[in-house]
Amino acid sequence: MKTYSKTFASMVFIAILALSLFACSKTEQEDVKDVATQKTDTPEIKTDVKPDMAQGDTIKLGVAGAHSGELASYGLPTVNAVTIVVDNINKHGGILGKQIELFVEDDVCKPEVATNTATKLVTDKVVAVIGHICSGATKAALNIYKDANLICMSPSATNTDLTLSGEYPNFFRTISHDAAQAKLQVDFALSKLHVKKVAILHDKGDYGKGSATLAKQFFEESGKVEIVLFEGVTPGAVDYSAIVQKVKYNGADLVVWGGYHPEASRIVKQMRVKKMDTLMIGSDGLKDESFINTAGEYAEGVYVSGPLDTSKNPLYINAIEEHKAKYGEEPGAFYFNAYAATLALTNAIEKSGSTDYAAVSHALKTEYVDTPIGKISFDEHGDAIGAGFTMYQVTNGAFKEVE
Amino acid sequence: MTPLKHILRSIMISIWFMFLTFPLMVVYINPLNYTVTWRWKNMIMVGIGTFFASFFWRRFQNRTVGNNDKPSLGQKTLNHIYTSPEISRMLLGVLILFTLSFPFIFSTYQTNVFTTALMYVVLGLGLNIVVGLAGLLDLGYVAFYAVGAYSYALLNHHFGVGFWVALPLGALVAAFFGILLGIPVLRLRGDYLAIVTLGFGEIIRLILENWDKVFFGPSGISNISRPAFFGVELVEKSIPHAIKYMYYLVLLLVLFTIFFVNRLKNSRIGRAWIALREDEIACQAMGINKMRTKLTAFALGATWAGMVGVIFAAKTTFINPASFTFMESAIILSIVVLGGMGSIPGVILGAFFLVLLPEYFRTLGDYRMLAFGASMVIMMVFRPQGLISHIRTKYNFNAKEPLA
Amino acid sequence: MDNLQVELQYFLELFLGGLTKGSIYALIALGYTMVYGIIELINFAHGEIYMIGAFTALIIATVLNIMGVNHAALVLLLSAGGAVVYASAYGYTVEKIAYSPLRNAPRLSPLISAIGMSIFLQNYVLLAQTSNFLPFPKLIPEFEFLEPISHIMGSSEFTIICTTSVIMVLLTILIKFTKIGKAMRATAQDKSMALLLGINVNHVISFTFIIGSALAAVGGVLIGSQMGQINFYIGFIAGIKAFTAAVLGGIGSIPGAVLGGLVLGWTESFGTGYISSDYEDVFAFTLLVLILIFKPSGILGRNTSQKV
Repeated sequence: MKTYSKTFASMVFIAILALSLFACSKTEQEDVKDVATQKTDTPEIKTDVKPDMAQGDTIKLGVAGAHSGELASYGLPTVNAVTIVVDNINKHGGILGKQIELFVEDDVCKPEVATNTATKLVTDKVVAVIGHICSGATKAALNIYKDANLICMSPSATNTDLTLSGEYPNFFRTISHDAAQAKLQVDFALSKLHVKKVAILHDKGDYGKGSATLAKQFFEESGKVEIVLFEGVTPGAVDYSAIVQKVKYNGADLVVWGGYHPEASRIVKQMRVKKMDTLMIGSDGLKDESFINTAGEYAEGVYVSGPLDTSKNPLYINAIEEHKAKYGEEPGAFYFNAYAATLALTNAIEKSGSTDYAAVSHALKTEYVDTPIGKISFDEHGDAIGAGFTMYQVTNGAFKEVE
Repeated sequence: MTPLKHILRSIMISIWFMFLTFPLMVVYINPLNYTVTWRWKNMIMVGIGTFFASFFWRRFQNRTVGNNDKPSLGQKTLNHIYTSPEISRMLLGVLILFTLSFPFIFSTYQTNVFTTALMYVVLGLGLNIVVGLAGLLDLGYVAFYAVGAYSYALLNHHFGVGFWVALPLGALVAAFFGILLGIPVLRLRGDYLAIVTLGFGEIIRLILENWDKVFFGPSGISNISRPAFFGVELVEKSIPHAIKYMYYLVLLLVLFTIFFVNRLKNSRIGRAWIALREDEIACQAMGINKMRTKLTAFALGATWAGMVGVIFAAKTTFINPASFTFMESAIILSIVVLGGMGSIPGVILGAFFLVLLPEYFRTLGDYRMLAFGASMVIMMVFRPQGLISHIRTKYNFNAKEPLA
Repeated sequence: MDNLQVELQYFLELFLGGLTKGSIYALIALGYTMVYGIIELINFAHGEIYMIGAFTALIIATVLNIMGVNHAALVLLLSAGGAVVYASAYGYTVEKIAYSPLRNAPRLSPLISAIGMSIFLQNYVLLAQTSNFLPFPKLIPEFEFLEPISHIMGSSEFTIICTTSVIMVLLTILIKFTKIGKAMRATAQDKSMALLLGINVNHVISFTFIIGSALAAVGGVLIGSQMGQINFYIGFIAGIKAFTAAVLGGIGSIPGAVLGGLVLGWTESFGTGYISSDYEDVFAFTLLVLILIFKPSGILGRNTSQKV
C-alpha cells in the first residue's frame, strides 16, 4: 500500500508541476502568435491593419518551413517573400475585403515536428498554408492538411510523389519536380556533354538521393552511358578524398551530384586539387550563390539545373527591389517561388470569391496569374504550368544559362 | 567574502567573458565581400550580463553546497506529500480529472504536444530500466525506437497489419534486437558500453538510410494507418479526433508503464539489476546470473522503445531515418539523468521538462535551442542528482531481536 | 603491368587519404582521451571547442586580410595562435562552469551537462555568426617540393600528417618527463592520493582541458584549410568520430588515441574505396564493436582488473 501511495503522490506532484508549467506556457502560447507575426511581418503590418479588421475578420494564412537549425537558410526567404506580398495586398485593402493575417511556424525540416506545426496551423484555423520547405516534412504534414481540407502550396518541395502519386489532391507547388529536373540533366549530359562514364553521388538525404535515383533511372533508360558509380557520401564528414579517388579510379567523365551545396563544393574542390577535369552536374540544391562563394574558383564550369531564368521579368526585378528595400540584402533560396506561390494563392481566393477548399482549388487550376517566375497555373496534379527548369553553368563566378 | 571582494570577483569574471566572447560576438565578418562589422554593443551587454549572472551563480552554488546534508524545505514538503495518504489521494483525484479532461480543455495543438511529451515519458521510463536500474549506459536507445517504428510501418505497408497487432509485434522485434545488441557487449563496462551502443544506434540508422529496397531509404514510408478503435476503424477520421484518441492511448500506456516499472523495481529481477549496478563481482558471488540479468534489462528496455516506436509511426503517419539520430538518444538519456536516475516521478518530470521546454521556448525564437542547452547545464550544476532524486529503500536490521 | 600500377596507385591514394583523415581524428581524439583519463568524463563539448577554434582562425585571418596584412606566414601564425589561445580559454571556462561543480556528482550528471554545453555552444556560434557555410581561407601555403605528387598528396594533407606526428611526440614528452605530466598521471591514477601528495588537482584538470582544447584548435585550423569551408555544425560529427577513435585505441591512452584515429581513418578510406561509401560509417562502427568484443578496453588500453 505504501509504495502505491508513494507512486500516486509522485504523480500528483508531477501533475501540479505540469499544470503550473502549462499555466505559464498557456499565456506564453498566446504571445507566440504575436511575436511570430511581429517578427516576420515587421511593425509595418501593425500600422496597416485597421484595429477592427485585426480581430477575427481576417483571412489567415499559414507559413511553415525550416526557420531554425541547419536548413534555416532554405526556409527563411519564404517567410520574407510571403510577408512582402501580403503587406502589399493588405495595403491595398486586402482580399475579399479582408486583411490577411500570417501564422509563421517552424518545422526544422523534421517530419515529427512538421506534424506538430501542421496541427498548430489547423488549430489556428488558417485557410491555406505556404510551405513546407523540405519534402519529408511536407509529406508528414500533408496528411493533416488533407484531412482538414487545407490547401498546401510549397515553394521548394520537389519530391516527385507529392504530386504525381495522386495521394495529395490538396498539394500544389511552384517548383518543378525532381523527375523533370533529372530528365533535363540527363538529356543535357547525353546531347551536349557526350559523356561515356558517369558517376552519380548523393548526400543520402531525402532530396539528394531522390534526385540521384531518378537521374540513374533516366541514364539507364537511355542505354548510352555506363554508370560506374552510384554512392552516397556522409554529409559533414571531415574528408571526401576517398570517394573522389574512387571517381578517378573508375574513370568517370561526369559526376552527377544529388544534394545541397556544402558537400558539392568540397567534392568539386577535391577533384580540382587532385588535378581531375571530370565534369559535374548538380540540381537546384546547388543553384545558390553560397555554392559559388564557398567553392570559389573551383566552382568554375560546374553545370547546374535550376528554375527558368526570369530575371528580365519586371515582376522579378520588382520582387528583388522590394526585398532589398525591406531587408537590405539580396533574397535567398526559393524566394521567387514563394513569392509566386503567395500571388497564386491569394489570386485564387480573390477569383473564387471564397476561402472554400473546392472553390480555391478549382481557381488555382483554371486561373493564370503573372508572377516573378512567369505566367503560371496548375495542372491536375498540382504542379505549376509555366515553371520549368533550365541548365546553367558557373562562368566567371556567376550562373550563366547554357544556350 | 566581503561585498567588495564579491564585486571585484564579478568584475574579473565579466572581463574574462568579454575577452572570451570577443572574436565571435563582437567581430562579424563577411568573408565574401571582405567587410567587418564591429559590434561593440554586444561586448558591453556580455560584460553587464556576466557581472550580474556571476552573483547569482555564486549565491545558488553556495546554497547547493551548503545544504547537501540536511533536506531542504522543498524536500521536506515533498516527503510530507509522499507519506501523507490524505493529501496524495486528494491530489490524485485532481490529477485524474485533469489528465482525462485535458483534450477537452485545451486545443488540439496542445494535446498533440502533450501526447509527444507522454511518449517521451514512456521512452524515459524504458531507458531508466537500462541506465537507472541496471546501470548500463546506453547511448543508442533510439535504435530500438526506430526498430519499433519501422516494424509497424513495414508491416502496415506490405501486409496492412493494424496498429493493435503491430504493437506487441514491434515490442517483440525491439526486444529481440535488444538481446542481439546485449550478447556481444556483455563483457564491456562503463563508457566502452556507451560507445558501442552509440555505434549500434548509428548502424541501425545508416542501414535504414541506405538499404532502399527494404526500408525505402531517406524518403521514408508514408501513409501509415492510424490506430483503429478496438478493431473498428474510426468512422470520423478527422485529425482532432485522431489526436484525442492518440492522447488517451498514450496516457494508458504511460499508466501501464508506471505500474509495470514500479512492480519491476521491487521484483527479484529488479533487485538483481540494482545489485549488479552497485557491484558486479559481489553480485556474481551471490549467485546472480550476470548474463541473464543484463540481457533482460536490455530486452525490457528495448520493449518499451519498440512500443513507443509503433505509436510514433501511427501518430505521425510518416517516418524516415532522420527522426532517429544520435541527438534523440542523447535527449532520452538526458530525460533520465535530469529527472533523477532510477526515480519514476523524476523521469516523468524530466520528460515534460525536456520535451515541453523547446516547444514553449518558441517564444524565444532563435534563442530557443541556446536556452535549452543552457538550462540543461544549469539544471545539472544546481541539481546534480536530478530533479527528483531516487529515494533508496532502506532495510533496517534490528539487532536486538535474537537471531534464530 | 599497367593495370598493376593503377591498382597500386589507387591503394596508395586511399592509404594516404586514410592517413590524413585519421590524423585529424587523432588530433581531436587526444583531447577526449586526456580528459577521460583524468576525470572519466566523455566531454561531448570537445567537438564544439574544435569548431570554435576553426571559427576564431577564420575570423582572425579575414580581419587581417581586410587590414591589408598579406604576409602568409604571419597570417598563419596569428590566426592559428589566436585559435589555440581562444579554444584553450573556452575549454578552461567550460570546465569551470559545467564540470568542476559536478566533481562529486553522480557519474552521468557531467555527461548530461556536457551534452547541454555542446548544444549551447553550437547555437551560440550560430547566433553570434551565421548558419551558412563560410569559405575558409587558404592558410597553408603550397609546398613546391610536393608539386610532382600533388595528385596524390597535397600540401594540406602533408601538413596535417606532419603536425599530428610532431604533436604526438611533444605530448608524449610532456606527459612522460615533465613535472606537470607526472602530476597528470598521478591525478589520473588516484585523485585523493595526488591531493595528499600536494598536487593541486584542480589545476591539473584545468591544464588538461587547456592542452586538449589547444590540440582541438590545431585540428580545427588544419581541417578548415583542408575542407575549405566551415559552419557551426562541423564539431558534432567530427567529435563523435574522434570519440570513437579514442575508445578504439583505448581511452585514456595517448598513443592509443593516435592509433585509434589512424585505424578509423583507414577503415573508412578503404571501406569507401573498395566496397561502398554508402556504408562508410557502418564499417567504422562495426570495426569498433568487433575490436571491443575481443579487446574490451581498446587496442592499447590497459586491461585494468576490477577492484573488489
